[in-house]
Amino acid sequence: MGGAAHWWLEVGLRLVVILGFFLVVPLLVGQMEHKAMAHMQGRVGPMEAGGFHGWAQLIADGVKFAQKESVVPADADRAVFQLAPTVALLPYLVALVVVPIGPGTQVGVALDVGLFFVLAVMGVGVLGTLMGGWASANKYSLLGGIRTAAQLMAYELPMLLSAASVGMAAGTLSLSGIVDKWQWWWLPWQLIGAFVFFVSGLAELQRPPFDMPVADSEIIFGAYTEYTGLRFAFFLLAEYAGIVLLCLLTTVLFLGGWHGPFSAHLGWLWTVLKTLVLSFVVIWLRVSYPRLREDQLMRFAWTALIPLALAQLAITGVVRVL
Amino acid sequence: MTSELDQSADVDKGPDVTKSPAREFPGAGLVKGLATTFKTMTRHAHTVQYPDQPPELPPRTRGVIALLEENCTVCMLCARECPDWCIYIDSHKETIPAPPGGGRERTRNVLDRFAIDFSLCMYCGICIEVCPFDALEWSPEFEYAEFDIKDLLHEKDRLREWFWTVPAPVALDPAAEEPKEIAAAQKAADKLLAAQKAAEIVALAEPDAAAGAGAKTGTGSGTGTGTDSGAEGDG
Repeated sequence: MGGAAHWWLEVGLRLVVILGFFLVVPLLVGQMEHKAMAHMQGRVGPMEAGGFHGWAQLIADGVKFAQKESVVPADADRAVFQLAPTVALLPYLVALVVVPIGPGTQVGVALDVGLFFVLAVMGVGVLGTLMGGWASANKYSLLGGIRTAAQLMAYELPMLLSAASVGMAAGTLSLSGIVDKWQWWWLPWQLIGAFVFFVSGLAELQRPPFDMPVADSEIIFGAYTEYTGLRFAFFLLAEYAGIVLLCLLTTVLFLGGWHGPFSAHLGWLWTVLKTLVLSFVVIWLRVSYPRLREDQLMRFAWTALIPLALAQLAITGVVRVL
Repeated sequence: MTSELDQSADVDKGPDVTKSPAREFPGAGLVKGLATTFKTMTRHAHTVQYPDQPPELPPRTRGVIALLEENCTVCMLCARECPDWCIYIDSHKETIPAPPGGGRERTRNVLDRFAIDFSLCMYCGICIEVCPFDALEWSPEFEYAEFDIKDLLHEKDRLREWFWTVPAPVALDPAAEEPKEIAAAQKAADKLLAAQKAAEIVALAEPDAAAGAGAKTGTGSGTGTGTDSGAEGDG
């Protein structure tokens, strides 16, 4: 009896920590985007909310979204429309459960097929956008949804191939196992894979410069056009949660996760630090590059990323056999 | 690395195509873009935090139109030239009794109301240009937004308040022509000086006839003063 209570307490604690991470870090990345993007454009960004350099801007935004009316268009498929933001947001929370933050037991659930699980669940997140696009009864939403689908088809493959390369290198699909086996020379070895994984992850999150599905100058806001209030805020939060998860996964798979000086005690800090640096790169790329055209987007995936991912697989295989 | 990257590199190096005919390393443009944004991030922002930090306005800023009531003769030029008819002037005539030394009664205009509706004003400045007596001036003040559009109708007492904020005229460009007023005053002063010198010379040369010559130069300097006041009148 006592053992069971202890187990429940531990599970509860882990889930609370993960939920806290899930709610705080995306906001941190969002605030970083506000400020970094502003300074990259010669502005200062939010300065009022909260007093000190607008630190509470996203909280203010959240309050604003909560106050707004949640409109469901008359012709919309109500159930699907209302479900879509949840479908977009929840998978990232679920995926976070199996990502190891630090060595040993510093992981929600140590799954043997963690890599497989995370990639599968991340793919579900994109479905939320598809559902929203289809259910909104709006041509712009539908176009956005279709573009999302096309992008998912194109970029899921290189992402999986490059992730598979790491799995091959480590000989395991467990995320903790992969980080355990990681050596510094994996960095050059898996460099192409890291590039392909990160870039196709960006594309899957529809982050600029791969934001054709929400290209506001053409299709308003793609699948999110008809969304208001909290549902819209969920989609936005899903985007930032997606960034965090992508950066976290890139860190764990390619950058050695918790490896670094004093990793025995400060391993989690290394993971978070690497994740935040990668998040900064995501924002940096957004500010620096214009949006790719739809045909460029497709050609980049099929003629560049997939061959690169296959090349990485070959390199990994050859080195493993040697 | 890819055709995409090549293309964007081409776009990035658009301005300096002439510099290097040889193709840049693929992706060089992408790196340049990243460097540009990063460099901008490390520099100070170009923006001004307006309510906390007052803006630096150029000297001839068109903020609000100020009125110096005493200079107004109710000639109505401003009201008539105003393209959107936003100046309202009311006045009446008063009779000034004939001066005791003789002459006739004169009438003068007394300004009763002078109002500018800044909800209509388009800040063209024609009224200020056209005013012959400099009763209207630009003031750089701009913070007079109102919650009620009716409050944008500024009556003459409010327009006078703006006048105390009118800055001194901007200094002339060093290479600019001298203002006509200064030239005229200088001319008059020179004339006066010349007359005085002539009188002195005459006095020295003819000490006997000093009294008669003194009377003559006195007339001469009198003419000079006349020109002087005439020049002031031109100004």
